Amino acid sequence: MATLVGGVTTSHVPAIGRAIAQNLQQEPYWKPWFDGFPPVRRWLAEVRPDVAVVFYNDHGLNFFLDKMPTFAVGAAPTYENDDEGWGIPTLPPYRGDPALSWHLIEALIEREFDVTTCQEMRVDHAFTLPLKLLWPDDEVCPVRTVPVCINTVQFPLPSAARCFRLGQAVGDAIRAWDSDARVLVVGTGGLSHQLDGERAGFINRDFDRAFMASLIDDPKWATQYSIEDLVELTGTQGVELLMWLAARAALGDAARQVHANYHIPISNTAAGLMAMAPA
Amino acid sequence: MAKPGPKRTIPGTTLFDGEQARKGYALNKMCFSFNSAHNRAAFQRDEAAYCRQYGLDARQTQAIRERDVLGLLAAGGNVYYLAKFAGILGLDVQDLGALQTGLTKDEFKARLLAAGR
Repeated sequence: MATLVGGVTTSHVPAIGRAIAQNLQQEPYWKPWFDGFPPVRRWLAEVRPDVAVVFYNDHGLNFFLDKMPTFAVGAAPTYENDDEGWGIPTLPPYRGDPALSWHLIEALIEREFDVTTCQEMRVDHAFTLPLKLLWPDDEVCPVRTVPVCINTVQFPLPSAARCFRLGQAVGDAIRAWDSDARVLVVGTGGLSHQLDGERAGFINRDFDRAFMASLIDDPKWATQYSIEDLVELTGTQGVELLMWLAARAALGDAARQVHANYHIPISNTAAGLMAMAPA
Repeated sequence: MAKPGPKRTIPGTTLFDGEQARKGYALNKMCFSFNSAHNRAAFQRDEAAYCRQYGLDARQTQAIRERDVLGLLAAGGNVYYLAKFAGILGLDVQDLGALQTGLTKDEFKARLLAAGR
């Protein structure tokens, strides 16, 4: 059976792409963020994943409001990045893993997650930048990938509890996959930030800190909140913590922290990073 | 089955729900088209004609013309698509933040830095 080696959760702010392209990683503004990654990369070199299942939210590259799936799973041999309209460089295509994709699709629908399946799917910065942060020296991402997209564009969004159960189902499916592959789960987005409205610039450090701690100590803690609660507590885009919850839930009941970093701000965002391993 | 309750009010925040998505469909569809450099160039050649092509209403067209971010949100714009419009103008999300809060960009950035202290 496949091995679920652990999970990484990280912010995915587009400005990170610009900073990488302009080689600003050691500039004072960026250093506290980028310096969080070397310990995670060392751990990845030890656990040697072959494939990454990436929970992320599309921001209007692949999906528009004409068809907006709540949960979508990629089932393509390759995934292309593309122009998102705001000038960050396009990264090279990502290898898929259709066998794992279809295994996940079958397992999820068996568990009553009626996902949308995508044999063509473009992946935006929320998918590409976290993988670039984990493997900065590889021009082409060295692991195969399966994108799992959760809608955070158009309300109503799936609840935190529902996203947690989705993550549990993905984790169970990975562990039951008849393969010798080593699988990493990734959850991208957050932490607290709000881009739109008079409350733009909202950040909630206390909540973010409590949320990060909860992923180790009490992983279902955030599922007590409604989506509206989470928007109020973390901002309209802070609700992307749903991806972190799904990734954490995939790891099983107990997980240990491998590494964590938290820094305010990147662009408008309180930026977080965690690496976790099943305990 | 429980009836949906009244909409939750969160200060300074509009949830992009079905009502907003219906109201803003044409505006958001136009902004979604700005993923393409060809379409961005077409918009810049003749903004009014491009807005007409996508069927924006008078309020949406005026908010585009005036770069009125809060007006665009009120007219059903979604921030992820509006960010593509902002990209054409060379504005980043901190520019948008400043425009929506009535701060200068430096003041807006200072507020974010303060949140980390």
